[in-house]
Amino acid sequence: MTVTEDAATLAPAKEVGQPRRRKEDARLITGRTTWTDNMVLPGMLHLAVVRSPVAHARITGIDVSAAQQAPNVVAVFTGRDLAEEQGSIPCAWPVTPDMVNPGHPSIAVDQVNHVGEAVAIVVGRSKAAATDAVELVDVDYEILPPVLDMEAAVAEGADLVHDQLESNTSYHFVFDAGEAGTGADTEQAFADAEVVVSRRLVQQRLIPAFMEPRSVVVQPQGDNFTMWSATQIPHVLRVMLAMVTGVPEHKLRIIAPDVGGGFGGKLQVNPEEVLALLLARRLGKPVKWTETRSESLMAAHHGRGQVQFIDIASDREGNVKGLRVRLLADMGAYLRLITPGVPALGAFMFPGIYKFPAYRFECDGVFTNKVPTDAYRGAGRPEATFAIERIMDELAVELGMDPLELRRKNWIQAEEFPFTTVAGLEYDSGDYEQATQKALELLGYDELRAEQQRRRESGDPVQLGIGFSTFTEMCGLAPSRVLGSLSYGAGGWESASIRMLPTGKVEVVTGSTPHGQGHETAWSQLVADQLGVPFEDVEVLHGDTAVSPRGMDTYGSRSLVVGGTAVVKAAEKVVAKARKVAAHLLEASEDDLEFADGKFSVRGTPGATVGIQEIALAVFAAHNYPEDVEPSIDAEATFDPVNFSFPHGTHLCAMEVDTDTGMVKIRKYACVDDVGTVVNPLIVEGQVHGGLAQGIAQALYEEAVYDADGNLTTGSFVDYLVPSAADLPHFDTANTVHAAPGNPIGAKGVGEAGCIASTPAVVNAALDAVRHLGVSDILMPLTPERVWRAIHQGGDGGDRATAGTNAYGGAQTESTAGVSTPASSLGGDR
Amino acid sequence: MTSINVRVDGMSYSDDVEPRTLLVHYLRETLGKVGTVVGCDTSNCGACTVHLDGESVKSCTVFAVQADGCEVTTIEGVSSSDGTDGALHPVQKAFHEMHGLQCGFCTPGMIMASIDLLKENPSPSETEIREGIEGNLCRCTGYQNIVRAVQQAAGEMSGSPAGADTLGAQA
Repeated sequence: MTVTEDAATLAPAKEVGQPRRRKEDARLITGRTTWTDNMVLPGMLHLAVVRSPVAHARITGIDVSAAQQAPNVVAVFTGRDLAEEQGSIPCAWPVTPDMVNPGHPSIAVDQVNHVGEAVAIVVGRSKAAATDAVELVDVDYEILPPVLDMEAAVAEGADLVHDQLESNTSYHFVFDAGEAGTGADTEQAFADAEVVVSRRLVQQRLIPAFMEPRSVVVQPQGDNFTMWSATQIPHVLRVMLAMVTGVPEHKLRIIAPDVGGGFGGKLQVNPEEVLALLLARRLGKPVKWTETRSESLMAAHHGRGQVQFIDIASDREGNVKGLRVRLLADMGAYLRLITPGVPALGAFMFPGIYKFPAYRFECDGVFTNKVPTDAYRGAGRPEATFAIERIMDELAVELGMDPLELRRKNWIQAEEFPFTTVAGLEYDSGDYEQATQKALELLGYDELRAEQQRRRESGDPVQLGIGFSTFTEMCGLAPSRVLGSLSYGAGGWESASIRMLPTGKVEVVTGSTPHGQGHETAWSQLVADQLGVPFEDVEVLHGDTAVSPRGMDTYGSRSLVVGGTAVVKAAEKVVAKARKVAAHLLEASEDDLEFADGKFSVRGTPGATVGIQEIALAVFAAHNYPEDVEPSIDAEATFDPVNFSFPHGTHLCAMEVDTDTGMVKIRKYACVDDVGTVVNPLIVEGQVHGGLAQGIAQALYEEAVYDADGNLTTGSFVDYLVPSAADLPHFDTANTVHAAPGNPIGAKGVGEAGCIASTPAVVNAALDAVRHLGVSDILMPLTPERVWRAIHQGGDGGDRATAGTNAYGGAQTESTAGVSTPASSLGGDR
Repeated sequence: MTSINVRVDGMSYSDDVEPRTLLVHYLRETLGKVGTVVGCDTSNCGACTVHLDGESVKSCTVFAVQADGCEVTTIEGVSSSDGTDGALHPVQKAFHEMHGLQCGFCTPGMIMASIDLLKENPSPSETEIREGIEGNLCRCTGYQNIVRAVQQAAGEMSGSPAGADTLGAQA
């Protein structure tokens, strides 16, 4: 046989596992995209939002008369005009029965509670006309004291964010393993411990900073409304908007066209979406709102924002005995969609991969006069992973142990899976040792340790450190019953349907709505394998509630694990339906049919075959099909997982720290992730890269900084430091594969892994480089100033010198001009 | 209003614009060239990058009137025809091949900046690429595959085989 003949007789290669180039790219690399802001409708009006320049004040008067008379302004609305119909931005996660939710108006009526809160809206015939008139709206504020610092906010006699409430605490959430029956008594564990290490760690506020600014267009058609929005969650948004505004759900269609990134930042029911719908209804005209970057940074939700008090107990040999965590979690001024749930989700991940016998978690959700926090890539799990991976290093130092040996001594062994943790989660599969060994090789660990030693001994001004992060995360959100037990307001299933077209082409409808992940490609691969049809014959439809009526959308590394599984289940149903038709057409018993590579064949009867694509035509014509079935092989499926999936990995960072200047530089970054079965290695690698960039950015660059008056001083990309290509290293990545037992694909989820794992690896590396100089903590981000101060002045480097940022020097934004106090506007240095 | 005459992606346009109109707004709102996008207000992100007389500029920092008499090329004009695969610019092709994009919002600007970079430096090192595109922000990719894409395009445009650090078994 020649090679050619051999290849021809081989079964077609499986699509799953192939690095398919993405179907999505064709339109994106040629500029033929459908971003929401591209949308132009006849007679469309443009909205511009007047935003509060102060953090906390009573509105004592609004004069819109000048704005109303400005050229090409159609109307101006204040909160008072919309007070009766705006409802409250919904919060879907009341984490405790007595959680306090003050309500969240989309536009302020009597009081503003953070800088950037909407106070009026100008409607203009052009965006420029509306924007010009924003400056003509005159608002009188009676300033109230801003509540900004969480520790001060929960102190006795603190000023209140919401003066109708008794305190600034929204809720007190407790998980106690002893009480839950998943572990021993934590207080006793600490009382008996030989060694206890305690730290106060800070998770700074971050801004998701998706590249496409938020945008929404609403078109009224009679009593129906179509909304295009740059959202991650068209399905959730539809339900919530119906509940908030009273527009009946069946009169509302939401379309998420091409969406330019989200990272949790577009997992929201935005005030501006509510307002656009209300104004389109009131005006009977299509309206558009697209934010500026400054508006995005100031008024779209932030992420993180925690003060973490963490205690770890162990014996002198390094066997961990207990973990105790107390959090102050910054809610901001209001509760948005899952604001209170983010730290609660993290509650279950603080024990990490370690076998703690005892664990207690407490969290206070705290109101401050800042924009609300909510989901940002990882949502609760990066915070937990940071704390546990940092404290493991601190314990290693205390015990004089190698940090990797300490981890190894306490982590779950490969043969112990499935393993139920002290937090009550059942970790599904993995091998931490294998991933770690591979990562050590990838980094060139021994050689770098030797170099570190040489630099120490020679007193090199540039010191080297190596940081570990051996992490796991809970993905595949989520089993609906578990969500119910956590008081979450919805389920975690996902829906899919498959339509077999007469020409044999396949439409796959998914409820999981992508915004850069590559669903169209990966879902095509899944379906090509399941149905035995060419990859190119599959079209994936998503993001439009009229096309894809049921869905829970994309977040929490859930799309492939839950949404992909729904697609596979739908495909199995298509095959089952087609089997009946095939048996009829081939005049054979169903039991005698084999299905492979898209064809049904009769066992033992060569040549008796019919393809699934031919069957699609046969049921379209419907001239000849079994009497007891419908003439269709289309199918839909809803998948609700029974457990989370638990990707894990070992991330290693080698960091150079210049002790003279405080500059840090990542010398090498290596990571090995186990995300279960890999459907598309190209996409998986890309997701890891992107996650690493954001996790490293938390460690080194990004922080949403507020001044003493509550002004966001990082209100543009001049000051909020999203890293560029020059700021990031090359990443050495690899995978181990332990298939997830909880879904037929075997996938665990990859979207958040890099972001969750990398931050502590980077900080641990920097500390490892300078610990011998007496440094035991440096606040994130590790700016040169902070690193230098920690080395030369002790402590954790201190807060960022906000007065020195560009926002003060010259680039004062419109919203802060003229309202800062003398002290803040002078910025100290001017 | 001021009259301007501009060639954009090979077509000539004559329009009256407000003097304050930014080039990016002229492209998007007057000409419907929505392939070029706005990502920030401060010229930091580079999503709006186009070529003005062959040089890359951030079209949010150029007034439309400054483009009077000039040739503008946007992402919609860099491939030789309508964007069918065979006609893509080598940089567009490389971004696809090397998975140099995810959400794709920064991609038009990133591609325009990369084309200009390769014009000035046909065989850049990794460091030169990273520094060459540092005016363009991407939030999705971590840049590694963008760097690979530029390396691959450099190889193809100079006629040498792909010199990029390809994806090993995945290439």
